[in-house]
This record gives sequence, C-alpha cells and structure tokens, in this order.
Amino acid sequence: MAKKTYSFYPGCSSQTKASSDNYLKSTNSMCKYLDIELKEIPDWNCCGASIGYAEGGELPRIALSARNMALSEQHNPGMDLVATCAACWLSTREAKERIAHSSQTLSEANTALAEAGLSYKGNQAARHMAEVLVEDFGFDELKRGVKKPLQGIKFAGYVGCQTNRPFGLAGESFENPKYLDNLVEAMGGEAVPYDQKVTCCGGALAFSEPEKSQKQIKDIIESAYDHGAEMIVTPCPLCQANVEIYQGEVNKRFGTKFNIPVTYYSQLITVAYGGTAAEAALDGQLIRATRLEDIAKK
Amino acid sequence: MADMKVAAYICQGCGLGERLDTAALASVAKKEGKAALIKEHEFLCNADGIKMIRDDIANEAVTHVMIGACSRRAKTEAFGFTDVCVSRANLREGVIWSQPETEEARETTQEMAEDYIRMGCAEVKKMTLPEGDPAAVTERTLLVVGGGVSGMTAALEASKAGYKVVLVEKSGALGGWAAKLHKRTPGKSPYKDPQNTPVAEMAAAIEADANIKVYLNASTSKTSGAPGRFEIEISTESGSTTIEKVGAIVQATGFELYDANKLPELGYGKSANVVDQAGLEALAKAANGSPIKRPSDGGEVKTVVFVQCAGQRDDSGKHLPYCSGSCCLTSVKQAMYFKEANPDIDTVVIYTDLRMPGNGEDFYRSGQEKGVIFTKGKVSGVEAAGNQCKVSFQDLILNDQVAIDNADLVVLATGQVPNSGVDIDTKLKAEIAAAAGDNSLMEAYTASQQEGAVQPISMLNLTYRQGPDVPQLKYGFTDSHFICFPYETRRTGIYSAGPVRRPMDMVQAMEDATGAAMKAIQAIENAGLGRAAHPRSGDLSFPKVRLEGCTQCKRCTVECPFGAIDEDEKRFPLFNQARCRRCGTCMGACPVRVISFENYSIDTVGSQLKAVDVPDEFSEKPRILILACENDAYPALDMAAMNRNVYSAFVRVIPVRCLGSVNTIWINDALSSGYDGVMMMGCKHGDDYQCHFVKGSELANIRMSKIGDTLKNMSLEEERVSTFEVAITDIERVPQLINDYAALIQKIGMSPMKGF
Amino acid sequence: MSENYRNNFLKEVEERVEEGHWVKMCMQCGVCAGSCPLGAHWAHPPQELFMMIRAGKREEVLTSDSMWMCTSCYNCVVRCPRKLPITHIMHGLANLAYRLGLSPKNQTTQKFASMFWNNLAQTGRVNELKLSLGMYFKDGFGQGIKNAMAMQSVGLGMVKAKRLNPMELFGGHGIKDKSGFHAMLKKAREIEDRRKNFA
Ligand code: SF4
Ligand code: SF4
Ligand code: SF4
Ligand code: SF4
Ligand code: SF4
Ligand code: SF4
Repeated sequence: MAKKTYSFYPGCSSQTKASSDNYLKSTNSMCKYLDIELKEIPDWNCCGASIGYAEGGELPRIALSARNMALSEQHNPGMDLVATCAACWLSTREAKERIAHSSQTLSEANTALAEAGLSYKGNQAARHMAEVLVEDFGFDELKRGVKKPLQGIKFAGYVGCQTNRPFGLAGESFENPKYLDNLVEAMGGEAVPYDQKVTCCGGALAFSEPEKSQKQIKDIIESAYDHGAEMIVTPCPLCQANVEIYQGEVNKRFGTKFNIPVTYYSQLITVAYGGTAAEAALDGQLIRATRLEDIAKK
Repeated sequence: MADMKVAAYICQGCGLGERLDTAALASVAKKEGKAALIKEHEFLCNADGIKMIRDDIANEAVTHVMIGACSRRAKTEAFGFTDVCVSRANLREGVIWSQPETEEARETTQEMAEDYIRMGCAEVKKMTLPEGDPAAVTERTLLVVGGGVSGMTAALEASKAGYKVVLVEKSGALGGWAAKLHKRTPGKSPYKDPQNTPVAEMAAAIEADANIKVYLNASTSKTSGAPGRFEIEISTESGSTTIEKVGAIVQATGFELYDANKLPELGYGKSANVVDQAGLEALAKAANGSPIKRPSDGGEVKTVVFVQCAGQRDDSGKHLPYCSGSCCLTSVKQAMYFKEANPDIDTVVIYTDLRMPGNGEDFYRSGQEKGVIFTKGKVSGVEAAGNQCKVSFQDLILNDQVAIDNADLVVLATGQVPNSGVDIDTKLKAEIAAAAGDNSLMEAYTASQQEGAVQPISMLNLTYRQGPDVPQLKYGFTDSHFICFPYETRRTGIYSAGPVRRPMDMVQAMEDATGAAMKAIQAIENAGLGRAAHPRSGDLSFPKVRLEGCTQCKRCTVECPFGAIDEDEKRFPLFNQARCRRCGTCMGACPVRVISFENYSIDTVGSQLKAVDVPDEFSEKPRILILACENDAYPALDMAAMNRNVYSAFVRVIPVRCLGSVNTIWINDALSSGYDGVMMMGCKHGDDYQCHFVKGSELANIRMSKIGDTLKNMSLEEERVSTFEVAITDIERVPQLINDYAALIQKIGMSPMKGF
Repeated sequence: MSENYRNNFLKEVEERVEEGHWVKMCMQCGVCAGSCPLGAHWAHPPQELFMMIRAGKREEVLTSDSMWMCTSCYNCVVRCPRKLPITHIMHGLANLAYRLGLSPKNQTTQKFASMFWNNLAQTGRVNELKLSLGMYFKDGFGQGIKNAMAMQSVGLGMVKAKRLNPMELFGGHGIKDKSGFHAMLKKAREIEDRRKNFA
C-alpha cells in the first residue's frame, strides 16, 4: 500500500513524558506498521482544551487553533491535519467551522495571527486519528495486518465524549457509536456491550470537582466490569487518564476494588500487528495490561 | 325476473381440497341447500373457474350463485357478478385457516364447512337482485353555506372541477373571519413572516367566475330534498326569497371567538388595554403598519403580553375545555406585528403548551428569532392600573409566582366556538329513550324549550324530520367520523368544512374545504346513479318498507343515524334513498320487521342461522352464533385466520352491515333454535366512536340491554347473549374473545332449548 | 419599574456571551437538563438558565455556579432539538461572570480554568506538573501540602510510568516563537474586548 502522510498535531498531553506519553509512542508504532508518515506541525501550541474559556474567552481560543492550522498549512501543505487527542481535534475542528461560518471571525483571527506573522486559509481538513483508520483504511484493510489476534480478550470500548460529540465519526450514532467495537473485533478481540460507552468521565473537572467526577468514573468502570470486560480501550487521552489514574481514589471513596487496565486503540493495534510491549508502550500503564503483554511476548 | 335457479360452486384451491371433503360439501349443497347445479373446482378464481360460472349463468339460466371458497372479502373482483345474486360460504378464512390442521380437528372442521354451505345456500335463496333507483336524479350544482375562506375555497375548487356553485353568505361581504385580519399566519414556505390574507384575491376570483353565484346578506331559510335533488330557499335581508336546486351541500359556517366578557379575571372589560385576538387585529388594521397605540390613551406601547389558552383547555367546567389549535399561531403572528414596527417592544407570550400545527413550528422559531419571548407559565390574573396592566402568573419553569406589572397591552387568546346551529341531538336522545319507554329525557327537553331561552339560529333549516341542522358530536362541532370520513356529516350529501367541524387554522381550513368539495361532488354523482356513499359505496339496494304492516311506531325515523326517513302526510315512514347509507339500522329497529333490502333482510340472515345444524344437548358440541360487523369485526376475524390464530370450532359467523341492523328477532330465533350463545361484535361507540354508521353500534347496545327480559322468559342465563367492541386491529384479541366465550358457555352448560 | 421578562439581559447575553444569540431559540423542552453528567449538582440546568436569562434574572444567573459544572461533554448539544450550542453558551456565561467579577468565590473550576489558561499562555503549551501543583496549592500552602500528599501515590505512579516529568518544574515544554504567540493572544483579546464591551 502507498505510504500515507499526514500533518500531525500531537498536543500537550502526548508530549514526551507528559500524561499520555504512551499514546504518542504507541501511535508512532502503529503508524510504522500501517506505513503512515506523521509530519509534526512545527512549533504547534496548546489548543486551549475545553477549560480555557474562563480566562481565554472566545477569540483568543480560536486564535490558538488558527495558529496551529496556519502553521500546518504553511509547513505541511497538501496534507490533512490529524490529531490524536480528542480535545485537540475538537478545538481545532470547532475553530475551523466557526471561521468558515463567519467572515468576521476569519478576519479577526487573521488580524491576530498577523501579529505572529501568520495567516489562515482554511485549506486543510482537521481530522482525528480514528477517522483516518476508519475512513482511509477501513476495518477490512486494518484486519489484514493482524499477526497476533487479541483472541479471548474482552474489551469495553470506551468512546467517551469529545471523540464522539459534537462531531463524531461520520455515520456513527452519538448514543451508541460502533467504530471502536469494530476496531476491537478487527484486531481479534471481543467487544462487550455495556451501557456507559459514551458517558462523560468528568473531563477537566476530574481535577476541580474530584468527588463529582469520580462518581462518573466509578459508573463507567462498574458497568464495564459488570458486562464482563477485562480491559477498557479508548481513543481519548483524558478518558484514559481519568479512568486509569483515579481508580485508586475511586476504590477509596466507594469501597470498590477496581483494577482494570485502560489502554489506547493504538496499543491494541501495535500488539496485534506483532509489535513488542515496548513499541506499544505497555510499560506506560499504571495498571498493567498483562494480557496484552502476554500476547506481545509470544 | 326469471325463475330462481341456484348453482353452488365449491372450491378445492388454497388447501380446501386437502383439508375438507368437498364431495361431502357438494352433497350438502344438493340435499340440504337444494342447489340445482353443483360443481367442484380445483381453483375457482382462475380464469377457467370464472368462465365456468359465467357459462352457467349464460347457458343454464343460473340466477343465484353460492360460492364456497374464501371470505367474501377476498376475490371480490373475480366473483363480482352483477347480474346474479351471489353469496359466499367462507370456507377458507372461516374454516380451514381458523381451525387447527390436526386429525382430531377434522370432524369439527368438516362440520363447520358443511354449515357454511347450508348457510350460503339459504342466504342466496332469500336474495333478489337490487333494481337500483329508477328515479335517481342529480343536480350538478353545489351549495356552499358560508363565505369565509373555507366556503370560498370550496366554491372555487368545485368550480374548477366543472360544477356550478351557489354561495350563501350571511354578511354583506365575502371573507368571514379572515376579512377581519390585518395579516394571516403564513400558508406557504418559508413560514417566517405574516402574510396578506387571501380574501381580496379569492373574492375577486369568485366574482369573475361564471360558475359561482353569490348571495350576500342571505341565509338558507329552508333546505329540503335529498342528495342530487336538494331544494334550497334562500332569504336575503331585504326580504326576497329565491329557490335554488342543488345536488350537495358544503357547510362552512365557521366560528365565533369565545366571548372574552366571560373572563373578567383576565381583565377583559376592566381596561381598554385588554383585548382579545379579534380586538388586536382591529387595532393592527387601524394602525396599518404604523405602531399600534395603547387603546386607553393613545400612548406608546412598550410591553405587550399575550395570554394563551384564555378561557380554553379549562378543566373547571366554566370555559371551553378544548384547545382551539390555532390561537398560538395567531399570538406569534400578532407579536410579530409589534416586532416589525419596533424590535425594541417587549412581547411576552405566556403559555402552558404551544400548539404549532403543520409548519407552525417554523413560524414559532421565526418568532423567537425576532425576539418574541416565550415563557411557560399560567396566568392567574390581569389587573388594570392606570394605563398599564399587571399580569400575574406562575412561571412553570422557574417555579416562581411573578408578575409583569407594566404591560401596555394584554391580548387574550380566546378560542373558536363553532357556528353549527341547533343541537338536534338533545331531542334525538330524548326520543330514543322515549321509544324505549323512558320519558324523563323528553320531559326535560320539553321543559327547556318552554323556558323561553334564546334558541340558536339554524344554519341550514333542514326540513328533515330529525331536526334543522346536522348532528353535533362534542362541544358543538359537527359530527363526522374523524378517522375514516372526516368531512362526512350524518346527513348524506351535506359536508362540513373548516372550524365548524373542528378547531383549526386557515391552512387546515383550506385543505378541509377542498376535501369537502370533492366529497360533495362524489355525492352528486352517486345520487345520479342511485348508489350509496361509503362505507357501502356503490351499493344499489336501499330499504324497502311494507307499509301494510307498519304500525307507525317511528323507531325507524328516530333511529336512522342519517336522517334519511321523513314522515308522509299519513304519518308513515317516507324513505329518501339518496340520503340512505344502507346501514340497516332501520331494519334492526323495526319491531314488525317490515323493512328489508333486496340483498340483505330479516330473512337472509334469519334463514342462515336457522340452516345451521344444531347438534343435540348430549353431543358436547355447542353452537355459538357470531353476528360480526362487516366493517371491522369480520375483517378482524379474516385477518386473525390469515395469521392462523385458531378459534373454537363451535362458532358460526354471519357478517352484518352494522350491529345497528341486528333485529332482535334474530336473537330470539337463535336462542329458540338451540344455540347456546350469541356473540355480537361491533365497533366502539360513544364520543370517540369507531362505528362506520356512527350510531349503529350504540343503538344495538341500547336494544340489547333490553334482551334480558327475553332471556328471562326463556329461563336462559343472561351471558347467552353478549356484545363485544371489536376493532379491525384486534386480530389477536378476537380469537381470544371467542375462546373465552366458548369456555364460558361450556361452563354454563348447553342450552335447554335444543330440539324444539 | 420591574425589569423582569424584558429583553435587557437577553440583549446583553446576545452581545457578550459566546453564541449568546441562541438563547432566545430555546424551546424549553428540558432535554439538556436531563443530559448533564453532573446534573445533580447544577442549581440551574441549562434549560433553566436560558429561561432565567429571558426572565431578566441577571444577578442570579451570573453569580450561579451552575455553568461551572459543565464538563464540556457535548451531550446536550447533540440532543437539543433546537440545535443550541449549549456547551459554548455555558462557557460564555462562565466567561462573562468571571470577567464581571461575579462568579462565586473559590469556585474551583473557575480557578483551574484560569490557571490552565495562564499556564498555556506563558509558554504556548501546558506544563502538567506546574498545573497540578498549582491546583493543589490554590487554597494556600498548608492545604496544598495536604492535597499533594493525598494524591502522592498517583503522582509517583505517573512519574514511574514516565508520564509525569519532575524536571518540568524547571522549564520543560514550550514553543519557540513565544513573542509572536504572546502578541497574537494580546491582539485577539483586544479585539474581543472591544467587541464585547469589556474595557
Ligand atoms: S382464492 Fe378463494 S376462490 Fe381462489 S382458489 Fe383460494 S379459496 Fe378458491
Ligand atoms: S392553540 Fe395554543 S392558545 Fe390556543 S388553546 Fe391551544 S394551546 Fe391554548
Ligand atoms: S339503512 Fe340506515 S341510513 Fe338507510 S334509512 Fe335505514 S337506518 Fe337510515
Ligand atoms: S319501525 Fe317499522 S313499524 Fe315502526 S314506523 Fe318504521 S316501518 Fe313502521
Ligand atoms: S435541549 Fe435545547 S431547546 Fe431543549 S431546553 Fe435545552 S437548550 Fe432548550
Ligand atoms: S456539555 Fe456541559 S451543559 Fe452540556 S450536557 Fe455536558 S456538562 Fe451539561
């Protein structure tokens, strides 16, 4: 297959030794197996996530994303911009749409960008890595590369909020998106049905409103457990972090005994494609995904 | 007519040949059915089978055909012979599809089939071919009563279809309610802004239309005759009268606004700044685009409050209990009058629910875009204070008792009260009760007539014995079968359209009027051919009465749901066949059984039920007669059979036109011939009736409530005669009803009346 | 003269709140109110906030901590039959309240949001360690030590899994063109303040 090249926006949490370092590593491995080249946007900045609003307001937030897109247009022309983080993707795509719908916003954004010597044209699509996999490859194609099927592992595909809403993947329902389950099955795993697939993990409020958010996290994990899942898989770094990191806290607060690994789809694909545990960055798990490690060792 | 020659045809197709002994059936038709010609055929409805029957009619002088095959509701075209009488023995749906395909069931299944052959033969012998009405005439002119948008639409549509129209309007100009409007709610895309009313345009089109004759300042002072030959006396205010002959009538007499004087708690009459929707239209018309001024002092209007459902959807019993379905749209439109003149005017619509029919949702959204504030709340009172009003309400979202105390104008959304004329039903109900021996209603009615209370003005002044206007259902709206025949009133050839039929807005009224005009045209044409309107469309038979036997009891005249029967000078019933829907209610009512149809009579049914072979008391084979309404219950039974929903083999089903046509003699006959039970299945009655003949099932119920005495006289349990409401969708329920009833009969035990 | 159920506050919201012109389009169906993950903790769910705005309850709306409960889950947005961008309106209301100094004292999400922004505005990228430490110490030094100790196991685990870099405290990630970046944000803020009438 021909090599595919994308303009890559890793985002803050996926930097080296940041909270989703393992996402970045496994994504790179996955791309190697799929013959995808990711050209990082030079000097990209933070997207503002969905918490920057109080101080940042509207236009400064749009300007953040516009700067990334302008840099991408300038340095990686002719490519689609691809993000792995749900919040990065959402902010970027949202800014893109706002600008597209209002000539005033376009000119204001460009006035601001001019201060940094940049200008935004709007000639690149803003996409999520999951879209690339589903739309540019497709499940049949993805299946073809599987060397070590994830036989017998039951996954709860946790899609969460921002990869799903408000944009989501074309053709998917907001209440029950199927692509993650399909991806799991394509890798030879088993996707269990459960009812908290698109429940909010609390997002940034896991930090500022811990009690309230941990109730969310508890519900998600509980439902995954109850439906027989051994592992959670997600496309979102915030989902991953919240659901994995706070399990200890949740156990303390609710008297539960949760200890379920939370992985990225990119880790699944890397392992299924024959990658090593290191390539899949399985050492980056707080709760070790031993069943994946076993397959990677085989 | 030539001598009767009965031919019986027994089909072996659709599995009949395998499940039944058709040779035995043929011999039943011969020995008991006394058919002169009997043929079995392996596939009766195919070209060969039909040709066989046709040839027999042509070459063997067959006059009566009994077809033992599928339900009478199947293959109607193939077996639709119009030159001979036809009966159908329902062997397929009625027998093999509703009975289990087991060896044990074989005997009872065959018995059932044989009975249906007996019944089919007995029935057909009692039938004669309908002659039709040789006197059928028709006038291809339509009378439209009411010159509002509904009436004008009906007139223009009928004219477009090539019919002449006489349009009668009580006021001096066309336009009705719409003529009072400054603008109308939009009737076409993009449903964003108020539009001009179509009044001027339509009035001009009517003026220019040679097919339409308009009487202004006029009323229909007398309406006599029947579809195809109505005679209308039109009186004008000047005192002149004219006679017009028309074939059908559209009544589009519209509505009045509910009287806001009944709402003093909402400030009406206490401040000039509280108006109803008509009042606001008048203000808007006067302002004609410039800002509307405060009525009390001509001051500037800064805040307008719209009070929805004023005197409507009321459960206290004081005001209208229903929703008029159009006043929410009107309030949005009226709020836009203000926003268009000055967007800074605050317009607040206080509603409990918003009803936005059709594309009204877009219009609502447009109102929001223009800055009209909608707030969910219940207004508790409006008080005048100087040139402003205080509107107190409960905010239902914020759960807060609040007030807007500086409203310059308050608009009350009162509702539509139909102009439907005289409510003839009170009298009718009293008469039915009186005929059944209860005079209390009649006394109450007579008393109310004497009090000198203001009587409503009749719209049509029908000379019908049953009263001067079309019957009403609820709240004064004209009665029509809202699911099946919405425009049809209970007077054949008279169609109601627009808000007199049910509350509605202009878009709906125009659609309604178009539909009613088309139905009226159909009625004109049917009258010319002497045919029935639906649900028995095309039926050429009509009730014939043997006056020699009539006791002048008047039950037929009173009970006919369609006002088809008048009285002649000698006080005998006088049937107007063009008004008749062929329901048979009169036949069911007649105590001396002198009313019948050529193809449906006391005898066609009576002979069927008597033809059934009733086994003796010790056989353990009860017989249950089912009289099933052909509109709903019988199709439900057929469909249940199609789903192979099995039911008791002891029932014998006879379809009837309507439960209203069931004469108690049939029940008596059934019980005395040893049937163990009678089930009557008809449509739902009451205010939300489903009965295709409106009153038939209700009347049957009243009649059957009296059957208790008969049962007592025969020392029979009262459960032996039961009435059931069955809808066409009851395909699971109907077999269950039958089986439950069969179990009940089993429990009560066999009738002691067998073998007499 | 009372100002309730008049358009004044609605007009202010339309001018100064992100996507505020949508507020008038709400049809009060309540679907959003049933969609918030932290729903039980909202004193006034979005539906109610919209009605309050239309009823002119400026003070009550802006001092409420309801909109600070929004997790940006977008559940309401995809469900709203009127397609209101509810999430952004919540953000916008929070922003307005914050800019006017009306948001409730010690609103933790508000503090975190400001900290986050300041963190990213400095270097162009978020420094997760500084951010989290900042969050723990937001209530003062003593409480901060307690908070940090309580979450110590989490922090250490993250360090072990190479997902939190203790060295970040002394620099860490950031973009190169900081001056251009700062100028851009300053300009954007200027334009926005002018448009929304924030002096
Ligand atoms: S459809 Fe009726 S007539 Fe035709 S083969 Fe079947 S049972 Fe006989
Ligand atoms: S249309 Fe609206 S105002 Fe009129 S009765 Fe119905 S709900 Fe009330
Ligand atoms: S058949 Fe029905 S409509 Fe006709 S006269 Fe008898 S009762 Fe009236
Ligand atoms: S019901 Fe029979 S007896 Fe009575 S008036 Fe009518 S026709 Fe005569
Ligand atoms: S879902 Fe939308 S329309 Fe419904 S109450 Fe919420 S904002 Fe209003
Ligand atoms: S985005 Fe905010 S307002 Fe909307 S449902 Fe989620 S938490 Fe509630």
